[in-house]
Amino acid sequence: MPISRDDVLHIAALARIAVPTAGLDTLAQELSGILRHMDALQRVPSEGAAAAADDAREGMRLRADAPPRVPLEHPRESFAPTIEGRDRTRVPAMMDGFFLVPRLATHEDADEEA
Amino acid sequence: MTDTAEPLLMQGAGAIARAVRAGSASARSVVEASFARATQVDAGPGGLNCLVSSDREASLRAADRAPEDGALAGVPVVLKDNIATTWLTTSCASRILEGYVSPYEATAALRLREAGAVLVGKGNMDEFAMGSSTEHSAFGAARNPLDRSRVPGGSSGGSAAAVASGIVPVALGSETGGSVRQPAAFCGIVGVKPTYGRISRFGLVAFASSLDNIGVFGRRVDDAARVMEVVSGDDTEHDATSAPRAVAGFRTSERDLTGMVIGKPKEYFPASLPRANSERCERALDALRARGAEIRDVSLPHTDLAVPVYYIIAPAECSANLARFDGVRYGLRIEGDGLRGMYEATRSRGFGAEVTRRILLGTYVLSAGYYDAYYRKAMDVRALITRDFSTVFASGVHALFTPTTPTPAFQHGAISDPYEMYMSDIFTVTANLAEVPAISIPIGRVDGLPVGGQVIAPRFDEATMFKVAYALEEELGKEAHR
Repeated sequence: MPISRDDVLHIAALARIAVPTAGLDTLAQELSGILRHMDALQRVPSEGAAAAADDAREGMRLRADAPPRVPLEHPRESFAPTIEGRDRTRVPAMMDGFFLVPRLATHEDADEEA
Repeated sequence: MTDTAEPLLMQGAGAIARAVRAGSASARSVVEASFARATQVDAGPGGLNCLVSSDREASLRAADRAPEDGALAGVPVVLKDNIATTWLTTSCASRILEGYVSPYEATAALRLREAGAVLVGKGNMDEFAMGSSTEHSAFGAARNPLDRSRVPGGSSGGSAAAVASGIVPVALGSETGGSVRQPAAFCGIVGVKPTYGRISRFGLVAFASSLDNIGVFGRRVDDAARVMEVVSGDDTEHDATSAPRAVAGFRTSERDLTGMVIGKPKEYFPASLPRANSERCERALDALRARGAEIRDVSLPHTDLAVPVYYIIAPAECSANLARFDGVRYGLRIEGDGLRGMYEATRSRGFGAEVTRRILLGTYVLSAGYYDAYYRKAMDVRALITRDFSTVFASGVHALFTPTTPTPAFQHGAISDPYEMYMSDIFTVTANLAEVPAISIPIGRVDGLPVGGQVIAPRFDEATMFKVAYALEEELGKEAHR
């Protein structure tokens, strides 16, 4: 399916890339030309092949739950606050079934500050 | 000092390390010879343009500190500009990372340094490893040392040109779809793509994480095998995809292939393959027969779908990985209208045309309404391509032999259509998709230009791949460069 100028503007906005108006037609043509070659895939029956292959693979190996060799710049608690648990050990702070973590800055915060 | 070390530089990594370990040459003298050679071949921007950064005095200081008892003692190396190093820039040949110096070192770079190798420069490349010619570098195109009007291949073209021109005996590149094997073929040297997970990707700037590998260049098979032995191995602490497997010795003195079955996949020898290239491949197959191997016709039926699959999966992963380059944490920042304006101004100015094209393509195939038709479909067909290899190897075939590229090195500017450029990778992308190891070695010349032959082996069987490559290199002898 050919890509239109509007499609290019839409995906450019998703990708946070400004495309000059003068370049829209060229990009639409180039991307359409590339995607035309991808249509060959539709002719091949392949339903479920990736899922079947994943089932047969070794799973990802897990690391030991040990502190990193390189010390953290900030204490671990600053990323994930802890509270005293029932047996007086420190356990992660939770609310409504979720771990509590410090609020991260968001795009909206930056826009508000500006 | 340089007069005695210069011939040593040309003798390969093994000879250099032996001489340094024995005390008959110093690491400093070899590094001096390397810089002298770079001047002699005009490696700078007006010439080969194969190095994007180097610091002679810092390299000499590193040579003085290098362990003299290591497997690569005193061996000068070039690392592709997307492999993190702490005292030369890691810019990925992009304006968006121009001047960036990593605060940490890639595992492969660390292992080379601990083995006594000395970094002498960062290799030019297609921006963020996206390209097949090293023409898409923000710092200008690199040139092929054998014919400067032609490309050295890509995306690791700078590393390949540095080895082919004799500046270093070995170098590291990176592979996502053939970016070590294709330039190795174009420059008449050896290039290795290991099994996915064999070499840690820690410190390799991510392009397409399920396909990326660090790869190795050498002038000879033995050089490449030596470096592979040093940089391979478990690094699960830093890279969850690193394989926790012991590294067998890749070097061997065995040259007899009796009892081995080498598959010749018909899809890699299409009628469109130029006759001269086909003849060089047939001569290589004869050489394998002469060493006792049985050549068997085989089929990998989904091969023609590999390029479409690759150019969906790789851009999809690249659009996610390169989202982090937004002017906030790394490199270039161009102020714009608000935060979003800053992102867009930075990314639009910082990325070149090919990277922009691939980010947009990847964003499209992952977007709502197209994910199933493109990305999920590509992942399914990738599984079929992988199964093709498993089936052939399970049938008693020990390794495969194919041409590395459909043509020798092309002229600068000869290919402007993006998809035509993507087709340069037609014989190499399958190994990345199937995660199997592959090596390209010189098998002759056509019109004076090198042609590469490729040996592909089952996953984690680099030992078989190297055994076949050693035998082929020895049997072809000087014919490999004629």
